[in-house]
Amino acid sequence: MIVAGIDVGGKNVHIVIEKDGQILGKAAGPTGIKKAEAVEQLYSEALKKAGISRKDVERVVATGSAAKRVAFANDILPDAAADARGVIKLIPSARTVIDVGAEEGRAIKVSADGKVLDFAVNEKCAAGTGTFVETMSRALEVSVDEMSKITLQSTQTLSINAQCAVFGESEVVSLIHQKTSKPDIARAVMNAIAGRIASVARIVGLDKDVVMVGGMARNAGFVDSLKKSIEMNVLVPEDPDYVGALGAAEAALAGNPTPTRPSS
Amino acid sequence: MFLPFQGGGQSLPRTRYGEGDETSKMAEEVKTQEFWRWPETNWVNPDIDWEKGKVITAGVDVGSVSTQAVVMVDGEFFVYGNMRTGSDSPDSARKGMDFALEKTDMKIENIDYCVGTGYGRVNVPMAQQSITEISCHARGANFMYGPEVRTVMDMGGQDCKAINVDDQGKVLNFMMNDKCAAGTGRGMEVFADLIRVPVWEIGPRSFKIKREPPMISSTCVVFAKSEVVGLLESGMPENDIMAAYCSAMAHRIMELLNRLGVKEKFVITGGIAKNVGVVKRLEKELGIKTAERVWNKKKYAGRGYPFDTQLAGGIGAALFGQALLKMGKAKSERKA
Amino acid sequence: MIANYGFKDGSGDWYVVIDTDKCTGCGKCPEVCPAKILEVGPDEIDIFRQEPVAFVKHEERKKVRYSCAPCRPGYGDKRAPCVGVCEPKAISHSEGWKTLYGRR
Repeated sequence: MIVAGIDVGGKNVHIVIEKDGQILGKAAGPTGIKKAEAVEQLYSEALKKAGISRKDVERVVATGSAAKRVAFANDILPDAAADARGVIKLIPSARTVIDVGAEEGRAIKVSADGKVLDFAVNEKCAAGTGTFVETMSRALEVSVDEMSKITLQSTQTLSINAQCAVFGESEVVSLIHQKTSKPDIARAVMNAIAGRIASVARIVGLDKDVVMVGGMARNAGFVDSLKKSIEMNVLVPEDPDYVGALGAAEAALAGNPTPTRPSS
Repeated sequence: MFLPFQGGGQSLPRTRYGEGDETSKMAEEVKTQEFWRWPETNWVNPDIDWEKGKVITAGVDVGSVSTQAVVMVDGEFFVYGNMRTGSDSPDSARKGMDFALEKTDMKIENIDYCVGTGYGRVNVPMAQQSITEISCHARGANFMYGPEVRTVMDMGGQDCKAINVDDQGKVLNFMMNDKCAAGTGRGMEVFADLIRVPVWEIGPRSFKIKREPPMISSTCVVFAKSEVVGLLESGMPENDIMAAYCSAMAHRIMELLNRLGVKEKFVITGGIAKNVGVVKRLEKELGIKTAERVWNKKKYAGRGYPFDTQLAGGIGAALFGQALLKMGKAKSERKA
Repeated sequence: MIANYGFKDGSGDWYVVIDTDKCTGCGKCPEVCPAKILEVGPDEIDIFRQEPVAFVKHEERKKVRYSCAPCRPGYGDKRAPCVGVCEPKAISHSEGWKTLYGRR
């Protein structure tokens, strides 16, 4: 059976097309303002890569904050459920999933069969999200990738006290003016977000193995800060930003996942 | 040291109170400056001969964005200086006080007692004591607007405070939010900088619209910025976007106030109080008018003393100094 | 006086609420608070008050959402330790925790 999982996040769209549990094609790109158009375009791209046509796909499951923009989806899966399914497929030993994307951070307690046992979320506030890193990288005049790299070169531990991205930016600017090295500032930023995510994770409890997914999982500097903050190892699957889409595809494959298409 | 929002580094434009039309003059300078900067002011009461005064107390309110120094002579409003806070609190306090005393022959040594308040209150070098801005704003609002004041909402540069007070200006209930930039002056400044419109124009322009647009839906300033960029790209007129932002801010303030309960007389102090776009929309949402910005003391109103809502903290601090001296809980530190 | 320590952000209302008229300044709440966010000392708002009063430490006020979460304030099986130990019932919490975590 051929299925598709589409994750429409605040910043990016990720699409996975699977046949009987094997990935045929995938695509990712920015969500932008015209979300439905972005989804259409990337879906065509993923189909092309998979070498199939639209009618070959039997079921489509959408997830992510703008999942409702996928007009052709058969079902909508909550973000946490998609994360849980996706992670368990990739790393069966996972019991805690930490997903940090552009606009949200969440921690999910998962069962061995990929069910959500508990979850906590940090939303509607940019502190503790990928957007915070992006804002700070602009203040530091480095790219996000560069910022991730230089974090690992930091030699001293500083702290950023602000719990708000806007106030945090002022603190970063002040550190720049004090001629603090960029690696140390980058580390301070990563530590601040990691601390916040760790607090969210402690609400559900941190059981082994801890797996991190979402766009920020690609940020090695951040993952390092998170490990230190929770004092535990953190596993990161390959393509951690596709996990939500993969989970949605898995749900599509399993048949009727959870009839959760929101009425509003 | 915490450094507030840094700009390009030009010196600040200063405007003395009463020097013609500030807005039009500032508008000409806009091209070369940041859009969040506002004019600095100072003033001397022409009706007071301070040398005849018995007790001279000062209040210095070092906020994250602005600093106000106020001197009172026997409990009467004598001078003030209102400036942007610099990178260093002690320095900002000194500059604020110098600016306040600039057109007088009073020296800091002539002051009996000085109280520091605000975000940088523990770093006011000339102060003998520091008192939290919650108490000072309550007391200052009581002096400025009168004993009928029951709710004071202070919209600072980097925080906001909602306070219920009794007829003595004593705090009955309060909440303060300095964790999140939404609903603070900083939120408005970030927005002004983003759309490249001076902060003081946002209020008036937000009413030059055909119909009220839906408010910006994100509370978080960072997410609101993306939302605004999206609206600009979609071709929404600038004034409409200002209206959408002002009503979002008004809505947020209302939510904060709901936790406390608003009672008349209701006053708003701090920088945002000057933004008519936020205040009018807030009044509409609450169904309560904010008290008229007029001195409770008839003499002050009659003589046209400047009524600047940002002065409440400094005035309250100076009044606490007066009370402490009177109660014998503090003694005069006057040196000259 | 009702003192609300904490914040409101996009995600909800996060306040530790202390009724200072009821608070006797007995000092039990800081002892039982697992996050160590409470303190008893001079009243910084009502500077003319003689007795000590309980308050949330300055550096903790922006973090109460996370510091208080493990005690499940307002929705857990047990009352939060600070609330339980307070004889005059001077301490309570706002709705944030209950709203976001209590109805899953």
